[in-house]
Amino acid sequence: MECVTFDLAQTPLRAVNHYLHHNLTQTGGQAIEILNPDGAHNIAVGLNASVEVKILGHAGYYAASMNQLANVTIAGNVGTGVAENMMSGRVHVKGFASVSAGASAHGGLLIIDGDASLRCGISLKGADIVVGGSVGSFAAFMAQAGRIVVCGNAGEALGDSLYEAVIYVRGEIKSLGADARIEPMSEADYATVAELLAKAGFSHNPQDFQRVASAKQLYHWNADAVTSDSAFQ
Amino acid sequence: MGAKRRLPHFDDLVFLGASMTRYPLEGYREKCTTKTILGTRYAKKPLELEIPITIAGMSFGSLSANVKEALGRAATAVGTSTTTGDGGMTPEERLSSKTLIYQCLPSRYGFNPDDVRKADAIEIVVGQGAKPGGGGMLLGQKINPRVAEMRTLPEGVDQRSACRHPDWTGPDDLTIKIQQLRELTDWEKPIFVKVGAVRTFHDVKLAVHAGADVVVVDGMQGGTAATQTVFIEHVGIPTLAAVRQAVDALEDMNMKGEVQLIVSGGIRTGADVAKAIAMGADAVSIGQAILMALGCNSETYVQKGTHHSAIEDYAAIGTAPGYCHHCHTGKCPVGVTTQDEILEKRLEPEVGARRVKNYLQTLNMELTTIARACGKQNVHHLEREDLVALTIEAAAMARLPLAGTDWIPGVQPM
Repeated sequence: MECVTFDLAQTPLRAVNHYLHHNLTQTGGQAIEILNPDGAHNIAVGLNASVEVKILGHAGYYAASMNQLANVTIAGNVGTGVAENMMSGRVHVKGFASVSAGASAHGGLLIIDGDASLRCGISLKGADIVVGGSVGSFAAFMAQAGRIVVCGNAGEALGDSLYEAVIYVRGEIKSLGADARIEPMSEADYATVAELLAKAGFSHNPQDFQRVASAKQLYHWNADAVTSDSAFQ
Repeated sequence: MGAKRRLPHFDDLVFLGASMTRYPLEGYREKCTTKTILGTRYAKKPLELEIPITIAGMSFGSLSANVKEALGRAATAVGTSTTTGDGGMTPEERLSSKTLIYQCLPSRYGFNPDDVRKADAIEIVVGQGAKPGGGGMLLGQKINPRVAEMRTLPEGVDQRSACRHPDWTGPDDLTIKIQQLRELTDWEKPIFVKVGAVRTFHDVKLAVHAGADVVVVDGMQGGTAATQTVFIEHVGIPTLAAVRQAVDALEDMNMKGEVQLIVSGGIRTGADVAKAIAMGADAVSIGQAILMALGCNSETYVQKGTHHSAIEDYAAIGTAPGYCHHCHTGKCPVGVTTQDEILEKRLEPEVGARRVKNYLQTLNMELTTIARACGKQNVHHLEREDLVALTIEAAAMARLPLAGTDWIPGVQPM
């Protein structure tokens, strides 16, 4: 397979992203390697082609954000907003992710081998996220659609103000957020977890996961619900 | 809608037309240009507008698709821009708008990179003048299947819009967010940053520092149907005060002219436009007054050239023309703020576009009339020295002399 290599120690990010936006074939099969990312922000933003991109090292904010079609692997840790607003394709972080991983992502699959920090999957719009480790507080805050699988533990206020998104957690949940509740796992849920774990390359038993979804008490404005903060506990 | 209480406003300023010390231009014969360029700082493709009056962001969902199309047609006809809103970009408004600004809002409803690339500029909305610090609420009555699909939520739920962005938390993050959007669009599109007017001097400085090409400052007279009265009336500062602070910030950073300033929030007349520009704005943006031009609160609506009374429909929802304020119900009797398939047909895009075009042209004529009277061949040559204040409050906020005096409250005489 043809492989094009960029070295961010030698080539400006602007030139790399310009190449990724304008010089890729739309039919797939091309492979890109990006060396020495050194924590740079906005690497591989807005890809819109079926290509393989490997970032060999740590990336900064918004790595592979707004991705469409591309398969991006980051062999390192990532900063804020990895795969933010992704539409399709696949982003795989081999290390740990900082805050707001997969924020408002509409489609595609985000895999994080390590932990994800605060607000993982915030405002999720339909993508799938699989986290090999744990997620921090306020994961899936206001998540509207999509699925999140957490193989480790979840922090405080998990699923606060959820809409239709569903979270599956294997470990402990420190606390649930407003309107989130633990629900029984159905056969369809086990199948979903098995499918997403397989796609992400994890071998956990789906039977070990519990389902968190919205109680739908916030779907309609209820003045009584705001008479005290305790109504949200 | 916007704040209803009496606030210091552009009405409290007057122009000093030319007499002996200034030489006026002939009102109907001598040219006065209104061309306006926005986004010259970094963007490869700045916006070139024929007039310094733009249409503010108002969402599909709160407004009907017909209205969004009408606004696009009107803006195109007069050579200005229109703006999406908290509901994504509709094909109708993209097709009808020669120049379309795409808002990146905290909710990210319908936000996607394809539409970013189709836009002519991107506006990162930090806040609105009607509700700085607040999110929004689009009630379930207006969430029809199309709106629900665009917003990725079930039909009929009350849709909460977040008060803060999901992926950045402060000005340092915003710098990187702006860079992300520039990278996505290959540095072609201007990036606007819109703030609700509160600590405007510092907010404008931070927006400029973060890399904004254009800063939009929205004063508390801005309208919305998506928040509480207590918010509209008690949070934020008047537009008049905000303009002064925003211009101060740009001048303090020596960025006046390099970063353009758009002012919005209660702009209704050509005189308002002229005063905002004279105080230092490069353009204004109008939302609520555009809705009034469309026919909001009218007694009648027009379908296929025939006027129909809407009075009974107003009565049915417990209100009357001129006093409506029922946008949240989705039962707008004249088809402006509705998603009802029957009601929305009451605003035909051609009719709405003609009304808004007439309104914008009138504003522009009023603007140039004042500019000529002040001796300006270019509306952007209007200056603070052309203005005085009628009230002490307005003089203090705008830092202009009280009419007939040299007194600027709070400013020591030279």
